[in-house]
Amino acid sequence: MDVAVTISNLRIEVAGSGADIVDDVNLTIAPGEVLGLVGESGSGKTTVGLAVLGHARRGVKLAGGAVTIGDAAMLELGDVALRHARGRLVTYVPQDPSTALNPALRINKQLIEVLEFHDFGGSDEARQERVVEVMSEVLLPSTPTFLRRYPHQLSGGQQQRVGLAMAFACRPAVIVLDEPTTGLDVSTQAHVLTTIRELCHAHKVAALYVTHDLAVVANLADYVAVMYAGRIIEQGPAQELFLNPCHPYTRHLIAAAPDMSTDSEMVGLTGRAPAPGRRPVGCSFAKRCELATDECRAEFPAEREVAPGRLARCIRPFEVPERTQHVAVHSSPIAASATHALMVRDVSASYTRHQVVHNVDLHVDRGECVALVGESGSGKTTLSRSIGGLHHEWTGEILLGSERLAHSARDRTTAQRLRIQYVFQNPYSSLQPRRMIGDSVARPLIIGGASKTEAARKVGEMLERVALTAGYANRFPDQLSGGERQRVAIARALVSRPEVLVCDEVTSALDVLVQASIVELLGELRRDLGLAMLFVTHNLPLVASIADQIAVLADGKLVESGPTERVLRYPEAEYTKRLIADTPQISELTER
Amino acid sequence: MITIDTPAATGVEPRRPPGLMRVALRMWRTRIGLAIVALLCAIALFGRFFAPYGEREAVGLPFKVSGTTRLDSMFGSAKVGHDVWTRFLYGGKPILIAAVLATLLALVLGTTIGLIAAYNRGKLDDVLMRAMDVILALPQIIAALIVISMFGASNLLIILTVGISTVPRIARVVRGAAVSVVERDFVAAAESIGESRLHILRSELLPNIAAPLLVEANLRLTFSIGLIAGIAFLGFTADPGAANWGLMINENRAGLNGAQHWGVTLPVIAIALLTIGTGLVGDGLSRAAAGIDRAKGDA
Amino acid sequence: MSNNWGVLRFIARRLALGLLTLLVVSLVVFAATQLLPSDPATAILGRNATENSVNALRTQLGLDRSAFSQYTHWLNGIVTGDPGDSFNARIPILDYIGDRVVNSLFLLVLASVVSIPLSLWLGGYTARKRDTVFDNVTSNTMLALASLPEFVVGIILVLVFSLRIWHVMPAVSTIDIGEGPWSDMRGMVLPTATLVIGAVPYISRVVRASMIEVLESDYVEMARLKGAPEKVVLWRHALPNSLGPVFQVIALNIAYFAAGVIVVESLFNYPGIGGALRDSVRVRDIPVIQFLVMVLAAVYVITNLAADVATVLVTPRLRTRIQ
Repeated sequence: MDVAVTISNLRIEVAGSGADIVDDVNLTIAPGEVLGLVGESGSGKTTVGLAVLGHARRGVKLAGGAVTIGDAAMLELGDVALRHARGRLVTYVPQDPSTALNPALRINKQLIEVLEFHDFGGSDEARQERVVEVMSEVLLPSTPTFLRRYPHQLSGGQQQRVGLAMAFACRPAVIVLDEPTTGLDVSTQAHVLTTIRELCHAHKVAALYVTHDLAVVANLADYVAVMYAGRIIEQGPAQELFLNPCHPYTRHLIAAAPDMSTDSEMVGLTGRAPAPGRRPVGCSFAKRCELATDECRAEFPAEREVAPGRLARCIRPFEVPERTQHVAVHSSPIAASATHALMVRDVSASYTRHQVVHNVDLHVDRGECVALVGESGSGKTTLSRSIGGLHHEWTGEILLGSERLAHSARDRTTAQRLRIQYVFQNPYSSLQPRRMIGDSVARPLIIGGASKTEAARKVGEMLERVALTAGYANRFPDQLSGGERQRVAIARALVSRPEVLVCDEVTSALDVLVQASIVELLGELRRDLGLAMLFVTHNLPLVASIADQIAVLADGKLVESGPTERVLRYPEAEYTKRLIADTPQISELTER
Repeated sequence: MITIDTPAATGVEPRRPPGLMRVALRMWRTRIGLAIVALLCAIALFGRFFAPYGEREAVGLPFKVSGTTRLDSMFGSAKVGHDVWTRFLYGGKPILIAAVLATLLALVLGTTIGLIAAYNRGKLDDVLMRAMDVILALPQIIAALIVISMFGASNLLIILTVGISTVPRIARVVRGAAVSVVERDFVAAAESIGESRLHILRSELLPNIAAPLLVEANLRLTFSIGLIAGIAFLGFTADPGAANWGLMINENRAGLNGAQHWGVTLPVIAIALLTIGTGLVGDGLSRAAAGIDRAKGDA
Repeated sequence: MSNNWGVLRFIARRLALGLLTLLVVSLVVFAATQLLPSDPATAILGRNATENSVNALRTQLGLDRSAFSQYTHWLNGIVTGDPGDSFNARIPILDYIGDRVVNSLFLLVLASVVSIPLSLWLGGYTARKRDTVFDNVTSNTMLALASLPEFVVGIILVLVFSLRIWHVMPAVSTIDIGEGPWSDMRGMVLPTATLVIGAVPYISRVVRASMIEVLESDYVEMARLKGAPEKVVLWRHALPNSLGPVFQVIALNIAYFAAGVIVVESLFNYPGIGGALRDSVRVRDIPVIQFLVMVLAAVYVITNLAADVATVLVTPRLRTRIQ
């Protein structure tokens, strides 16, 4: 087989302590092939990606193994040879183009300098022609006015295309893409992914696509490798791997991935991957694996061919953990009463006279979950903050039961404030870092007039209710994982027994397994407590397993609303149709 | 439904990183700094009880070199025939106390103004920070000299002037640190359940700017010591007859041409050590703060 | 081009804001002198002066007019370059301190010319050689020097280089007023060194921190991953992005020099505005104090304005926003 890049026995350590960040990684990529390297945050996937360019970040050491591209041994090259290889033989597309493009240089300069470093083209005219050519390859305008722009004068999608143009400029053999579509809207993402696929196939470039997003990989990659705690636990052709995963971890990942077209609910998995320096002798997934045996814990299983073309590090391949087979139980709202729990009537909101929400009507009943879906800039967060009393510039009516709410939380009564609660997007910023968990959760009760002992008792109960223990009350936020923090934030929101819960992108900062378990928890709490829930998100597939109703917001206008199944299967608005078509999904793999 | 993964279950108890002060104290620079500061504070506050002569007592001719090596007379005499060692033991207290009080005053006012400006933004922020700019346009020592020129050099005035002219510097740092804290969701969470403004400033914002505030307070203390000693060096003190390290340097420069340098050297060493000591503590604190913030960023 | 108009408008707005700050400073300074417990005329003539002569002097000085009228007269004088007479020397202020201003300015320029390039080099070099022995030694030395008040630095220099250890430099300046400080460059060495030692730790620390932040940035990593030679990484990708904070701290330090000269000049008997200010404070020569304060405030406002404009010019994001 023709091979563009080979990674063998790669080991990467924490400089100084020698703890393994990445160990025993073996991969090959053929020219024109896209390999998807999938893993959660901290799995070491970006570190592997950078090692392909012979680069290690500060505090990280490339400790062993080899990366071979053509006849270049990337880890052995001297400074000058390495410099000549980077940018020409192997290139890199960064995760966040807004910080990776130099803010002080025009994009033309940043493109043309790559060619200059590698004497590509031979003359200034030839190089300028190549810039124009590669700009059209990535579907950007190549006019002098556009090329004279600075990075901040481009949109996120355009910035990422400039990043792609830089990577393809010298016609490399290998390209490493590090989550290049994170932070882009689905439609922009779909277009960028198409460009990547076409360029790689057309120019026979081997691509290593690093990501946490299974759905993106399912739609882009030819071959997939799954990383867990610094090791590749499974690899194989994309289609086979997704249809019949052999490692239990991969099964959990797929079961946790949101999907619009399947009926099953997302299933999460608690716990976290062991960090470098704390990894066990045996399989690092054993602790979370319901199939684990003593043999698993004794020794890390070696990589072996478990089926033709399928490599995995598991002694019980293709066995199915019970939890990953969970099936849907959709709830219907508790008998509707005359008044809605939350009612939004003709609400328009603006930021310093710039209107971002236009005449929106929606309502949420008791025990019902309404998903407010929209891309960034759609006004969904402004609307939800207006409901929570955190954004003040709005007109129209927001009714809590039969009471009309004031614009700002400060002007509402204490009872009103406690009856409607808000859970924020980022659990790393929604808890006061210097206050103990118990005190944070108790604040709504204290404000409501509860005594300290009563508050402490209720806090303990609530922490248990969100699947933590009462002992968490004495900890500080920085002792908790992201998922645990989000559970605390949910506990704080629910401790005063509100009627309405507004969840603003509550899972977007979390890894997929944690996301699934938070969604499970929210579903359960809603059913048990009869909450009216407004679930704000940009993630359409996520909605399928939690919401009864969907309201789609585009440019501040409500373009479509209705029962979840109807909207997802038979969308009426053009915008919703396009959104659904552009959203990558694992289940689409079978249709490819 | 949900498997519980508590630390008890996983067997790993996550350790809470220690506080700023404890991290700083692990560094030698902080310990050395603290030791130096403690020594000089002891000399400044209690040295007078070990002085061989009275503060204003003339013990001989001016600028006489001592022939002995006994501590209580080896440094010879100063201007007006004072004993150098005695004047040294007396001369630290006025500087130290004035500097500490001025810094405390600035800390309270500056923190309040900075927090209010950061939390309220908009017009109030503009007005407060413009007012701070006006004070900043007057160099601290000039402000002090103007006040002295008008009202004479009294301790209270020097403390007030140094304190107030330090306010905008602290206010700027506090505001800068607090602006990013205000943006974080836990402040919005507090607002959404109706916490009072005072509670938000005191219990949500203040604990989260403690690290930069502590570093800045230390820096300002270092500066205030230098400034107050400098004012005395220029010859402006509340009581021209009283001993004062800054004034001593000025008075005894005449002796430098002869052989009697102790009248200058002793207070110079004392002020230098004191400011280096507070500087070392500040550096330890800021390194600890940077380390703490970095650890948080990695999480 | 619209680009230039935007920058000009920005400068105009900042200039207006600076003038407003100066106006408020002038009000504060004037109001403060109004609070004076004693009457300047009595202060000048002494307690034994007759009432008639005091009244005559009050009229001459304009003290019998309303506070507002006195203020506008004074402000008008400063703006038109005629700030009035010194109470003490009884001659126009500009004649009294004109040469001193030149002397101080010369000291300030000399200190800047030495300290800025030195700090840039030191900060940039230690940023690149981060955590080496050289970096650690430098940063500890700078830390110690930064803590020392300028008069302590000056005295130590005098003790070491002229009076106690080596006798190589004059301990006091022997420049006559009006002669021009360049006539005695040896006498300039210690005063300049004192100011430089006060400033270099601050500027170089900011340069180092700013440079390190830029060197750790995603775009510098990206430049390396594009195969950029190290020289290009530093000069094209890192340096332009690290200048903003550096301009700010340089401006702050020039303003600091303007105040620092007061102590340093007094220490070395250097005939500049510092000595004049100190003497004026002693004898309560209010017009001179007022004028010098306004000059120093103007230095602060102008250097800050210059730094803001320079920062905008090197930062495309800011430059294009104000278009």
